[in-house]
Amino acid sequence: MSWIDIGHIDEVPLRGARLLKTPMGCIAVFRTGETEAFAASNTCPHKGGPLSEGIVHGQSVTCPLHNWVFDLNTGEAQGADDGRIKTYPLRLEGQRMLLDSSTLTARSAA
Amino acid sequence: MTQKLVVIGAGMASGRMLEHLLNADPGAYEITLFNAEPRGNYNRLMLSPVLSGEKTYAEIVTHDEDWYAGHGITCRFGEKVLAIDPAQKVVRGEKGDVAYDKLVIATGSNPFMIPLPGHDLAGVIPYRDLEDTETMMALGDRPGSKAVVIGGGLLGLEAAAGMAARGVDVTVVHIMGHLMERQLDEAAGYLLRKSLTEKGIKVLCQANSKEILDDGSGHVKALRLEDGTELPCDLLVMAVGIRPNMALAAATGLACNRGVVVDDHMVTSDPDILALGECVEHNGAVFGLVAPLYDQAKVLAQTLLGQEARFVNKEVSTKLKVTGCDLFSAGDFAEGEGREDIVFRDPARGVYKRLVLEGNRLIGAVMYGDTADGAWFYSHIKDGSDISDMRDTLIFGPAYQGGASADPLSAVAALPDDAEICGCNGVCKGDIVSAIKDGATDLGAVRACTKASASCGTCTGLVEQVLAVTMGDDYAAPAAQPICGCCDLTHEDVRRLIKAKELKSQAAVWQELGWKTPNGCHICRPAVNFYLLADWPVEYQDDPQSRFVNERKHANIQKDGTFSVVPRMWGGMTTPAELRAIADAAEKYNVPTVHVTGGQRIDLLGVKGEDLPHIWADLNKAGMVSGHAYAKGLRTVKTCVGKDHCRFGTQDSTGLGIKLEKRLWGSWTPHKVKLAVSGCPRNCAEATCKDIGVVCVDSGYQIGVAGAAGMDVKETERLADVATEEEALDLATAFMQLYRENAKYLDRPYKWVAKVGLDWVKARVIDDLEERQRLIDAFELSQTIYRKDPWAKEVEEKSASYAPLADLTLEAAE
Repeated sequence: MSWIDIGHIDEVPLRGARLLKTPMGCIAVFRTGETEAFAASNTCPHKGGPLSEGIVHGQSVTCPLHNWVFDLNTGEAQGADDGRIKTYPLRLEGQRMLLDSSTLTARSAA
Repeated sequence: MTQKLVVIGAGMASGRMLEHLLNADPGAYEITLFNAEPRGNYNRLMLSPVLSGEKTYAEIVTHDEDWYAGHGITCRFGEKVLAIDPAQKVVRGEKGDVAYDKLVIATGSNPFMIPLPGHDLAGVIPYRDLEDTETMMALGDRPGSKAVVIGGGLLGLEAAAGMAARGVDVTVVHIMGHLMERQLDEAAGYLLRKSLTEKGIKVLCQANSKEILDDGSGHVKALRLEDGTELPCDLLVMAVGIRPNMALAAATGLACNRGVVVDDHMVTSDPDILALGECVEHNGAVFGLVAPLYDQAKVLAQTLLGQEARFVNKEVSTKLKVTGCDLFSAGDFAEGEGREDIVFRDPARGVYKRLVLEGNRLIGAVMYGDTADGAWFYSHIKDGSDISDMRDTLIFGPAYQGGASADPLSAVAALPDDAEICGCNGVCKGDIVSAIKDGATDLGAVRACTKASASCGTCTGLVEQVLAVTMGDDYAAPAAQPICGCCDLTHEDVRRLIKAKELKSQAAVWQELGWKTPNGCHICRPAVNFYLLADWPVEYQDDPQSRFVNERKHANIQKDGTFSVVPRMWGGMTTPAELRAIADAAEKYNVPTVHVTGGQRIDLLGVKGEDLPHIWADLNKAGMVSGHAYAKGLRTVKTCVGKDHCRFGTQDSTGLGIKLEKRLWGSWTPHKVKLAVSGCPRNCAEATCKDIGVVCVDSGYQIGVAGAAGMDVKETERLADVATEEEALDLATAFMQLYRENAKYLDRPYKWVAKVGLDWVKARVIDDLEERQRLIDAFELSQTIYRKDPWAKEVEEKSASYAPLADLTLEAAE
């Protein structure tokens, strides 16, 4: 693992998200609590909706296009919908958010 | 020969350690105890009850000089240790040297003082020892005295509550969004704040302290915050945390990091020097709560006796010692993946409980209001026991395994008798309850004898709940649709209860109305956000994170994730200069599609998210503002050209359209609202299928409402005919406000009017002039906040948030 600093947690609005540009494409960083954040794919497997624009609730996000709901812990779609988004290890060190950069260089498992 | 033990610091940890040592082997060591404070050991945790007057100092002393002397310990109290000589194995005190075989450092911690300008003034104190406590107690003897506490953590709140109990006017200033954020989540923080406020303590969250002001004589006068607020005070207490006191250990050359580094046996980098308490660091952790210190005391005593023992840092639990604020937190309830929540709320009793599960284990618990089961949950957290068998009933505690579930009626049961249930007819809960007791046992009968829910009907659900609460099992309620799975209440019930219970924050709604999730979902949260801002425009602050993307980004998201941008053209009027600016913007930002909308606006489609603030700034520069084409709010007022140009025109339809749009724009509504003004009955602006449509005639203006031309097509119904423009504007405004105050979220006006009836609307907007004026005033009050261009505001305040957080394409490619 190789942790890189991607920013201060307050740069992401509470119950909101910001985008992160990576060689693997855009990753969304979701802030679900005062000191809780998750990183996951920005792209909904249904019709490619930008998940960082969705409503963040509990530890889930709802896609803004057709309301698919994803659990940010597992990346699994909730309810009747079937699909999964890739999640990335993110941890907090104090108020700084760290992302494991080794997961970004590896080729995506299709 | 007996070995010599020297202990530096007579605090709670070393006191407990000496007890263990003496119990196990009273003759093992010849002990000398240094303490800088001129007294023995008292229970620091109990300073708060001393402050609030519930205990005296004498009651909290645990080891006085007699106790130590009685155990053969040489006490050197009030004497500072100057240095340690580890080579000679000698401690140098102010009054002479003492040789040791084993040395224990227990120097504790120092309170952290924020280096604000003025932090060294008289009257600025930490909350740490008996002297500080006495200073605070003395303040209570002076009538009218004021205190400010910086820090809304455990200690700060105990200081605040203690002083408030002594009659001091106390304000707590906290930098985070909610109180005790390390121990509590937002919901419990809300309840805590509520009980403290009820005790008369003012609480300011998200408040940054800037400087402490001098009264001219070197004494504190007030605290000034970043936003310029001044909080006058006679005493300022800083309770923002502690720092391990490791100066002596560091000077001795022992390994120190954040604290004095010890191993599992509590031994420092020198094998004959041990340490414990708040001054140490173990495996990267430092300590502030007493439970781990007591564990350390036991391990250290065993190490001194040559027994094998290892310190393990376990989960700790927290309780706030403020009478009437019952809270408990333990374990980890915030961060991490693969965790699930179980939430229980009982609004009637002000109870909130949240359990955090990971797999089949309980890992965290937060409770407020009823903490009786705290110890039981704590034991499951500590033991890591498998709770899968009792998962469904776990939250009800040990007494209810296999018991009942939460009562969805508790919110209504908790309402006092004078709470208004039916706003139309002024019927209180008590009226309904007495009608039920007199024999009105179904909705129809209650309606007939009290008129409750007999007008607009939006309180029907509440009346039914009063029936259910009053009659118990005898009442068979028809099923009503709750908003979503997060709660048991309908939209109408939630609206009514937000008004009746004066709920002014999301946290208040979640708690008082028994939400089952921590902060709602994409279905209920936008609705609740609207209800709160419509009912409490001044008190409630709109939450962008509770809005659908279009309203948060002030643009319409398209299927490819780009946005469309529509500038406002008042009344459908524009100018060559505006058109030129729009054309320039379209070219500059490579807008692929330019489209003319049905509401007489120009739509720029395909703008990239990160370009939004820039294109807005350009359009703002040309004098244009957001067209709110994305909003559940006023969209457009469409007009025909009216009598200025048209040979059939009867009135200035464009002029009235512009006035309507300038008055109504920026307001949020349950669903989108579209208007039109036609200059004559030929109706070129298609006003008769709008939410509000005005048709001009020779004698004045025909006002129609509740039309539709979307999923349903419906002609407007005539609200009134009026003679003047001013009246037309007033009726449109009053209708908007009535809709804002009463409709269900996502009901267009035609759907809402179908539920309440046009007569009900007319009674308020046309017949009752006082009510009409109230509606207009309420709308105007809300507009003082919301009639502003959101584009300009975003450009100014949030521009950066539209760009990516970081760009890792370069770093990671290497």
